[in-house]
Amino acid sequence: MMSRTTLDLWVGVFVALGCAALIFLAMKVGNFTGLNGAQLYSVEAPFDNIGGLKVRAPVKSAGVLVGRVADIRFDAETYRAVVRLDLDTRYAFPRDTIATILTSGLLGEQYVGLEPGADVDELKQGDRIQITQSAVVLEKLIGQFMFNKAAETPVQQ
Amino acid sequence: MSAEALLVRMRDVRFAYGEREVLRGIDLTVRRGQVVAIMGGSGCGKTTLLRLIGGQIRASSGRVEVDGRDVGEMGADALYAMRRRMGMLFQFGALFTDMSVFDNVAFPLREHTDLPASLVRDLVLMKLQAVGLRGAATLMPAELSGGMARRVALARAVALDPMLVLYDEPFAGLDPISLGIIGQLIRRLNDALGASTIMVTHDVHESLEIVDYVYFVSEGRIVAQGTPDEIRASSDPFVHQFVHAEADGPVPFHYPAAPMASLLEGGGA
Amino acid sequence: MNGVTRVLRQLGAMTINGVWRLGFATRFLLMILWYSGQSFRRLHLTIREIYFSGVLSLLIILVSGLFVGLVLGLQGYETLQRYGSSDALGVLVALSLVRELGPVVAGLLFASRAGSAVTAEIGLMKTTEQLKAMDMMAVNPIARVVAPRFWGGVLSMPLLAAMFSAMGVFGGWLIGVVFIGVDDGAFWSQMQAAVDFRNDVLNGVIKSVVFGVAVSLIAVFEGYDCVPTAEGVSRAITRTVVSSALAILALDFVLTSFMFRGQ
Repeated sequence: MMSRTTLDLWVGVFVALGCAALIFLAMKVGNFTGLNGAQLYSVEAPFDNIGGLKVRAPVKSAGVLVGRVADIRFDAETYRAVVRLDLDTRYAFPRDTIATILTSGLLGEQYVGLEPGADVDELKQGDRIQITQSAVVLEKLIGQFMFNKAAETPVQQ
Repeated sequence: MSAEALLVRMRDVRFAYGEREVLRGIDLTVRRGQVVAIMGGSGCGKTTLLRLIGGQIRASSGRVEVDGRDVGEMGADALYAMRRRMGMLFQFGALFTDMSVFDNVAFPLREHTDLPASLVRDLVLMKLQAVGLRGAATLMPAELSGGMARRVALARAVALDPMLVLYDEPFAGLDPISLGIIGQLIRRLNDALGASTIMVTHDVHESLEIVDYVYFVSEGRIVAQGTPDEIRASSDPFVHQFVHAEADGPVPFHYPAAPMASLLEGGGA
Repeated sequence: MNGVTRVLRQLGAMTINGVWRLGFATRFLLMILWYSGQSFRRLHLTIREIYFSGVLSLLIILVSGLFVGLVLGLQGYETLQRYGSSDALGVLVALSLVRELGPVVAGLLFASRAGSAVTAEIGLMKTTEQLKAMDMMAVNPIARVVAPRFWGGVLSMPLLAAMFSAMGVFGGWLIGVVFIGVDDGAFWSQMQAAVDFRNDVLNGVIKSVVFGVAVSLIAVFEGYDCVPTAEGVSRAITRTVVSSALAILALDFVLTSFMFRGQ
C-alpha cells in the first residue's frame, strides 16, 4: 500500500501533465491567442449577396484578423443581407470604410475584408458601414467572361 | 424478566425469499450479557435470522426488536446509528484486502470517531492484543492464515465496544487449535465488554462449551431450545440426532425419491 | 416455428433486461451523485483512485498516442503529397486527433485498462463480502468505495485524452517534419489557422468528459451489480469493456452530429 505522500506526488504530476497537454493543444495547436477575451464592438454592413459567408468567419484588414462575423440576417424591406461584425476595440476604423466579401485562396472559405477610407470620424458601436462590395458569384463571373469573349470576337465580314 | 434486560427479541417473525418461505414464525429472546447459539442444518434459515437482526433484510411479518426498537421500521440513518453499536463477524472474515491488519481494525474507529491518531493506534493495538495478534499488525490479509484472519476480523468487529456481537459460522473450516482459541475469545470478549452475543453455527461441540442458551432451527421453526445441559440431556429426536451426529433421524439421510425396488423392477428384463 | 418463437422470446427478454438494467444504472448514477459528498470532503479517497485509474494508464495512453500520431503522419503524408498539399499535414493530424481520435481511442484504452480494473476490484469486494461487512459497520459502501472510483475516472479521462492528442500531434510532427521533411513552419502555422479552440479543442474536451462519465459509470455499476462468484466477476469485467466500447462509439456519433454539423 503506497504511502499517501507518494500517491499525492504522482497524482499531482499526472494532473500537471494533463493540464500542460490541454494548454499545449489550446495554444500551439489551436488559435486560442485569437480574439478570445478581447473587447468587441459591433457594426452592421449590408450586402447584395453574401455568397458563402458564414457566421464566425474572420474579418480582416490588410490581411490581419480584426474581428468576427457575429450574425447574418435578411432585411425584408431592402431585400439585402445585413451582416453584423464584431470588431476588436483595439482597432478603430473610419466611417467611410469599405467592406468586401473575399475568398481566401482560390477555393477557400470566405471572409470580410475592411479597407479604411479617409474620414476623420470613426465607426462606433451600432454604426452602419455604407459602402460594401458583395461576394463574387462564380456563375456570374463565368457568364461575364463568356459575354466579353463573345463581344471581342470580330464580326465575320 | 423485565423488558430492559432483553437486548434482542423476535416475535412471530416470518420471512420469505419470493415464493419460498424461509422462516415460519420465530420467537426468540437474547438477554443482556448472554451468549446465544442458533443451530440447525444447512439452509434452515439461521443466517437469515442474523440478517434480520442486523437490519440487512426486513421481515415479511412479525417484530424484530433490538434494544427495544423495531429494526424493520428504522430509516437508513437510524439503522446506521444502531449498527455502530453492533459488531458482526462474517464467515470468512471479510477483511479489506487492500489494507493492512492494523488499518482494518482501525477502520471503524477512523470512520466513526474523531479520535486523534495516537489514541486510535493505542486502541487498535489493544484490540489486537486481546485476540493475540498484536505482532501481526503490519501484515496484509493475504499473508494471514484462515484462523488468524478470522481473529483480526473479530478484533475489528469489537473495535467500537459494541453492545451486540453477531457471528456467522465462526468455527467453519478451522483447525482444532484455532477452534479452541476462537471459542475462548468469543466468551471472554462477551464478558469483558458486557455485551450480548448471537452465534450462528452448526459446530455442536465447541458451542455447547461456551454458550448460555441454544436455539435449534429446522425448516423455519424453532424446534428445541435450552441451556447446554438441557440440550445434552434432551430426548427430542431432532436434538438427539444433531448433538450425537447421527446419520439418519428426523433429518433423513435419503433425498426424497421413488423406492429402489421399483427402479430395479422396471430396469429388469 | 418453435425455434423462431424461442429466438424472438429470447430477444424480447434481452431487450427488456437491457432496458431494466439501463433504468437501474441511471438510479445508480443518481445514488452515486447523492453520496458524492465524501469523495470531495475526504479528497484523499478520490486522489487514490485518480492514481489507480489515471496515473497507471499514463504509459499505455502516451505510447498509443505516439503511435497513432506516427501512423496518421505517415498515412496522411502519403495521400496529401499526391495532391501537392503536404503542407496541410499538420492540419490533418491535429484535427483528426483533437476532434475524434483523442477522445475516442483514449476512451477505449481507458475502458480496457482502468475500467476493467475498477470492475474487478469492486466485484471481488462484493464476492468476499467486504461490501456487506462495510455496510454492517455503518459505512455506506457507495459513498466509500463506489463514488471515489467514479470520480477518479471522470477526472482522469479528459486529462488522458488531452495527453493522447498532444502525443499524437508530436508523433505526426516527428514523422512528417523530422523524418519526411515537411516544412516545419507550414506544419504549425496551417495547423494553428485551421484548428479552432472553441469548435475543435473544447469540443474534444467535452467529448472526453462525456466518455469519462459513461465508462466510469459502467465500470462501477458492473462491479457492484455482478454475481458474487469468480465467474460472475469475470463476466462483469467483459461486460464493462464491451459496453464501454459501444457506449463510446454511440455517444461519439451523437456528439459529433451535434457539434460538427454545418462546419
